[in-house]
Amino acid sequence: MIVAEQKPLKEIQSLVGEAQTVLIVGCGTCVTVCFAGGEKEAGILGSLLRMSARMEGHEKSIGEVTVQRQCEWEYLDAIGDRIAEADIVLSLGCGVGVQALAERYPDAIVIPGLDTKFMGLPLEQGVWAERCAACGQCILGLTGGICPIARCSKQLLNGPCGGSSKGKCEVNPEIECAWQLIYDKLNAQGRLDLIMEITPPKDWRTGRDGGPRKIVRQDLRLVVTEEA
Amino acid sequence: MIIAFCCHYCAYAAADLAGSLRIQYPPGVSVVKLPCTGKLDVQLVLDAFEHGADGVMVAGCMEGDCHYQQGNFNARRRVNYAKTLLQRIGLEPDRIRMFNMSSAMGKKWADAVTEMDETVRGLGPSPLGRRA
Repeated sequence: MIVAEQKPLKEIQSLVGEAQTVLIVGCGTCVTVCFAGGEKEAGILGSLLRMSARMEGHEKSIGEVTVQRQCEWEYLDAIGDRIAEADIVLSLGCGVGVQALAERYPDAIVIPGLDTKFMGLPLEQGVWAERCAACGQCILGLTGGICPIARCSKQLLNGPCGGSSKGKCEVNPEIECAWQLIYDKLNAQGRLDLIMEITPPKDWRTGRDGGPRKIVRQDLRLVVTEEA
Repeated sequence: MIIAFCCHYCAYAAADLAGSLRIQYPPGVSVVKLPCTGKLDVQLVLDAFEHGADGVMVAGCMEGDCHYQQGNFNARRRVNYAKTLLQRIGLEPDRIRMFNMSSAMGKKWADAVTEMDETVRGLGPSPLGRRA
């Protein structure tokens, strides 16, 4: 899932500024399950902003609506009327959700209520950890299902480095050395041969070095182009 | 006005007992019965303050005695979280407090309400004012 955290209240208030009618748009997918921007968090943030405004001596009209997914037009189209009434739209979606709202409603002023952090999983309730960096060329098949791009601080393809000590990373002793994990896993499975070969430099054009990425699947498109 | 979110299995019955025993306690408390304090949602607490409550009590079973194993511990975490939220908007965190008691503790209920009443009177009325 995409993992995000709510921005500090002061920062959100400063982004909202003088706007009188605010619509908080929650998202019912990733940010709901990481307790950052779902229906519950939208309600709580709405209450805090209303109370805070009243304590400062003015009333704001703050509404909340949560869509199933902020990153799909169909769900955004359903809240067009609410958005048209708002001076400002406070998105509690990830960065994709914020941009989807801004793109679908070009006249609306859309601001983010979250800081999008990473793609990861919950280790336990209340603890999330990064697992994928969306590099565009998955090598998990060679590394025992442990990603050195997302989990090695140096993104090494041939680790570990000299900073690995007792299974921990020199960047932070709380970070497990991804390459130690990879070695231990492959060793336990008797597959160490997978990392005995030197892996050549990665082609980062599939990652961010190639600019913003896009996938086109002609077999799925409803409007088929001539070259398809 | 103090809103008291009370567990069905303990504090609600304790309040009932306090009444049966004719124990006197401050009248400005309004009881909301929950099936367990584990039902407490931070949004419920904020709704109470937003509608003008001066204080919120959350009263659950004695620790270790929750009918649903750990509902009262969950409530305590949420009460602590609600305190941080109140602080963020400039409301005193002491306006919300968690209490633990059994259904036999009518006197404890009365004492808890009295303590909360004194705390809230010390802080003064909520700046959010009372709304219907």
